[in-house]
Amino acid sequence: MSRVRVLVGTRKGLFILTADGKRQTWKVHGPHFAGWEIYHAKGSPADPNRLYVSQSTGWHGQIVQRSNDAGKTWETVDNKFSYDGVPETHQWYDGTPHPWEFKRVWHFEPSLHDPDTCYAGVEDAALFKTTDGGKSWTELSGLRTHRTGSQWTPGAGGLCLHTIIEDPKNPKRLYTAISAAGAFRTDDGGKTWKTITKGLNSRYIPNPTAEIGHCVHRIALHPSNPDTVFMQKHWDVMRTGNAGDLWTEVSGNLPTDFGFVIDVHAQDPETVYVLPITSDEKHYVMDGKLRVYRSKTGGNEWQALTKGLPQKDCYVNVLRDAMSVDKLDKCGVYFGTTGGQVYASADAGNTWKAIVHDLPAVLSVEVQTLAR
Amino acid sequence: MIRVELPPHLRVLANVKGEVQLDVPSPVTARTVLDALESAYPVLRGTIRNRDTLKRRDFMRFFACARDLSLEPPDKPLPERVAKGAEPFLVVGALAGG
Repeated sequence: MSRVRVLVGTRKGLFILTADGKRQTWKVHGPHFAGWEIYHAKGSPADPNRLYVSQSTGWHGQIVQRSNDAGKTWETVDNKFSYDGVPETHQWYDGTPHPWEFKRVWHFEPSLHDPDTCYAGVEDAALFKTTDGGKSWTELSGLRTHRTGSQWTPGAGGLCLHTIIEDPKNPKRLYTAISAAGAFRTDDGGKTWKTITKGLNSRYIPNPTAEIGHCVHRIALHPSNPDTVFMQKHWDVMRTGNAGDLWTEVSGNLPTDFGFVIDVHAQDPETVYVLPITSDEKHYVMDGKLRVYRSKTGGNEWQALTKGLPQKDCYVNVLRDAMSVDKLDKCGVYFGTTGGQVYASADAGNTWKAIVHDLPAVLSVEVQTLAR
Repeated sequence: MIRVELPPHLRVLANVKGEVQLDVPSPVTARTVLDALESAYPVLRGTIRNRDTLKRRDFMRFFACARDLSLEPPDKPLPERVAKGAEPFLVVGALAGG
């Protein structure tokens, strides 16, 4: 029987949640790396026992942990993320030039094909790659040195590269998203990059349709249809049918189109999940109700999913890396909150229950679907 | 032997209990002590000093002999009692938070 493993990064450690394919009874393992912030943890699709974990604190900086046995044992690997060449400057909050400085890894994206190959998205925004299981990291500097790089500005959370997607049908193609620069695509394995922001409209920047400056919160795609990409922007839910060359808004009937997470059903490329957040000022769900919204039409028409979720007095946020889906026949959907709950649905969002209630604030949720 | 006391997170990371004892070539300075520490425990690279610049991380402090040595030049000799192993060199996480 299949199993699922959920990797939960929190403000104070990593937790690993496991269940069989029914997803009714869960075991909680952890905390691993107690007291450290775990911005992200993710397993290799090519070897599910290989895990990469971003461990950091403001005191001690960045540590990278790797496991070869699904988290039973860990080893530290290289934590040196040196920008290629002499890093120049990006724009600071006040518009002045600011030198690129490494702060932390926001996101690891293990290769679909090789457990020793993994991408790292870091703050200040840059993309790194290892091909030796994390023993060394090399910057794919074509992104940071993009002609617009000197104009990139940080969002409230920093100038972070937080989303990396490898096209499952074209290993030379990667998508990345950066707050608050925008979205980018390479078609040559990371050497050169183009902005993919045409069609975005952001009211909070001087020119709402500028090439850069859009605070993209998250992008997602379905492996069977990788040219169709969905985006949760600071405000607005968007989609493209041509790999980002042109976006259209699909916020439709959402009660608010601010939010962080977005994900796609494992079996149906047109079923999409978002979790609306009241506004950028409030950063908690609307009306005290925790509601996932699902569209079965690729956007525009959204249905609130509430069964099993708190519908009063709830004021949590769900951060950009904190939603994931499993690949079982009845697609499982998972998300974690800043209140420390991890909710799971074993029926594609129709019903929900909390796997755990009282973890530290959840920063990331990743699901692995295991053969047995 | 030079005695170094690490903050709790770094003791866990380095898998040590209590003080660390290090052979440090003369002159005994913050730089030579940290060089020896990172050589003995490579996992600590980047956790006390920036990996590229070797500058002290903002929230790390160095104390010894009831003095805050954090802002001293890294090549300045440490107090004699530290160099003789009579007192530890303290690596401390700065107080932060409410």
